[in-house]
Amino acid sequence: MSATTTSTERTLPLVAIAGNPNTGKTTVFNRLTGSNLKVGNYPGITVERHSGKLVLGPGRTAEILDIPGAYSLSARSREEEIAIQAIAGLPPHEKPDVVVLVVDATQLARNLYLVLQVLELGLPVVVALNMCDLLEKRGLTIDTDVLRAELGVPVVRVSALRDDDFAVLRTTIEDVLARPELALPGARWVPSTMLLQEDLVAVERALPATWRSAGSSVPAVDDSTRTRALALWALLSIDEHDELGDVPAELRASVLGRRALAAKSGRQIDAEVIAGRYGWIDARIARFVRERPQARGFSERIDGVLLNPWAGFPIFLLVMGVVFQSLFSWADPMIQFIEARFADLGSWTASVLPNGLVQDFVENALIAGVGSVIVFLPQILLLFLFIGVMEDSGYMARLACLMDRLMRALGLHGRAFVPMLSGYACAVPAILATRTMERQRDRVLTMMVIPLMSCSARLPVYGLVIAALFPAATVWGFLPAQGLLMVAMYLFSTLMALGAAAVLSRTLFKAQSVPLIQELPPYRMPHWPSVLRMMWQRSHAFLVGAGTVILACTVVLWALLSFPKRAEITERYDAQRAELQRTVQDPAQLEERIAVLDAAQSSEALRASWGGALGRAIEPTIEPLGFDWKIGVGLVGAFAAREVFVSTMGVVYGAGKDADEESQTLRALIREETRADGKPVYTPLVGLSLMVFFALACQCMSTLAAVYRETKSWRWPLFLFVYMTALAWIASFVVYQGGKLLGFG
Amino acid sequence: MTRALHHLRPGERATLAEIGGERSFRRRLMELGFLPGTPVRLVRRIDIGDLVEFEVRGAHISLRGSEAGALSFQA
Repeated sequence: MSATTTSTERTLPLVAIAGNPNTGKTTVFNRLTGSNLKVGNYPGITVERHSGKLVLGPGRTAEILDIPGAYSLSARSREEEIAIQAIAGLPPHEKPDVVVLVVDATQLARNLYLVLQVLELGLPVVVALNMCDLLEKRGLTIDTDVLRAELGVPVVRVSALRDDDFAVLRTTIEDVLARPELALPGARWVPSTMLLQEDLVAVERALPATWRSAGSSVPAVDDSTRTRALALWALLSIDEHDELGDVPAELRASVLGRRALAAKSGRQIDAEVIAGRYGWIDARIARFVRERPQARGFSERIDGVLLNPWAGFPIFLLVMGVVFQSLFSWADPMIQFIEARFADLGSWTASVLPNGLVQDFVENALIAGVGSVIVFLPQILLLFLFIGVMEDSGYMARLACLMDRLMRALGLHGRAFVPMLSGYACAVPAILATRTMERQRDRVLTMMVIPLMSCSARLPVYGLVIAALFPAATVWGFLPAQGLLMVAMYLFSTLMALGAAAVLSRTLFKAQSVPLIQELPPYRMPHWPSVLRMMWQRSHAFLVGAGTVILACTVVLWALLSFPKRAEITERYDAQRAELQRTVQDPAQLEERIAVLDAAQSSEALRASWGGALGRAIEPTIEPLGFDWKIGVGLVGAFAAREVFVSTMGVVYGAGKDADEESQTLRALIREETRADGKPVYTPLVGLSLMVFFALACQCMSTLAAVYRETKSWRWPLFLFVYMTALAWIASFVVYQGGKLLGFG
Repeated sequence: MTRALHHLRPGERATLAEIGGERSFRRRLMELGFLPGTPVRLVRRIDIGDLVEFEVRGAHISLRGSEAGALSFQA
């Protein structure tokens, strides 16, 4: 979906909802839209576009659009640029018929700054004065009549908890849609100095023609109001270092020229404009708000603890521990439940469908594929429950502050911490969680390092290798060597992820460090419907966006490991089975011998498959790491999900399909596997090399699908796959060859 | 006389004098209401993050200690 709506939708009026961050804007949006929500993307950028249907009266509806929260329309990045484009309706964005500005009543002065900017654009405005329920507690009273009179637009008091308020807001929007002149006062603050006016006239001339037109829907405002406002926007937004996407060269040159000229005579255009707007506000604020604001006693007392180095850091670790624990173990019963239900479904289809290719496809490709998508839901839902609560309560802002120093040293955003930690459980929900950062650069960089965190799918692989190849000895008489090795693998992956962040942020993702300006909003109770809604949106987006890719990959992998079918193998084993049935009398013994035969058959079929051929084909490249072609087949299978390595190895070695990391047979078979010259394939050194490879390689199609879904491009998943695989190969090479040189293995 | 803003003591109030630093940083701060003549209070230092929390126009904003040094107050 794009911002350019189809002709059928264009007949609906467009209502835009805008406001500062932390004003409860999303809650107002959710209250107005109900369940009719569409999530898409703004054209050409991965900023989500939330829109929905606003039911106004019987048979009357409007499209309602949630504009990303901003303190000002001025922009520096492409993400911030969306606000001016969507509000002013710069092509290809559709121009709104009404802008509803959600204003935090407890911080009126600062919120009015954005209101003034939108009024300058000559758009009909309705002010929704939110958080009115908190005014009394803060010792504030707002004179809505004076505010209405001075702004010249309808002002509606709303509190998220009261339905009546939203009925009034709906009626007001409807009135303004019918008679826009009720809410069209034009600019409140007008630049008055001669020099500033000269700057504006010059910049106005450089505005592209497509920006100027006010459009036909609002006849009351002439184009000159709008061009003046856009010239002001350009003067405040454009500079030598901005990262704006849609600024014509002529406009840029004009702005830079005027600023240089102003600087020569010691003027600061930014300060003149901003002080002018605040001057308008400051001259009236005492009439809008009565009583001086009291200190934020409650929030400040909590912050006295949460931002205190002695108490704040342990509490922060505790909170992170709970998040981590929930993803790691609380989600587990749900995951096991889903896996069991899909296994049941698989066996059920196997029992109703006739034996053969169709049954195999339905059971092992389709149902397993859908299952491998659904299985992520518990972790995604839980992680977004925590993120929703942390964002909504105000704790996330504190977290960004606490982590700023460490994350900055790594070149990461302060908020990258939560997604990175979640990566220990699973990279997929972690990648979806990068959405809490605004800049594309910060999001993509975080996505590129998350998959290096040792996720839970690596555990079975570590478990199998360690149990099979390393003795259960103790170090210094009490530390279990196997456990230490496991801890070492986690430490290794963490250091590699932090190192990768440090390197990538200084090379490929090199960017000016952005000064930190972090608002610490007062603590408040999360708005549960909004939290639940976000959990649902994220899950839905994952199921649709990444799920299809994962399903497709599962089908392809299934085909790789099942084809070509060799009739010769089937016939030979069928004959052997018939032979057994004739000669063996004892039913228990027969069943056991048949199972051995089945396992041997799957093993041989797998070797003959394309996957087997692929394993052999990559053998020369993995040989220097100490791996043979059978491990190669396991690596191919592990692309579906790392833990599949264990069951694929089970099939390769004929230990049966259901072998897991606890399987004694599989461990024994691995230990006994020998090369042509009689030496064992698996030495502890090969095991270490294999674990290092698994820690670093991007063997997870779900991760790649999630990155694709979040970046809307194959470029980043491809880069991720290539760089991680290269890193894994090099590290394993160093471990194996270095180990051999040192005389191990 | 003016002094750098991060020299305020926790809880101390002052009046903003100059907003310095890189242009877009300055523009952002001014749009949040950090203007010359505006009262400001240093709420606390957040030592773990090396940040300083200020109160301006009823809002609490935290800045890095080093970056807050570009702002000054009337001493």
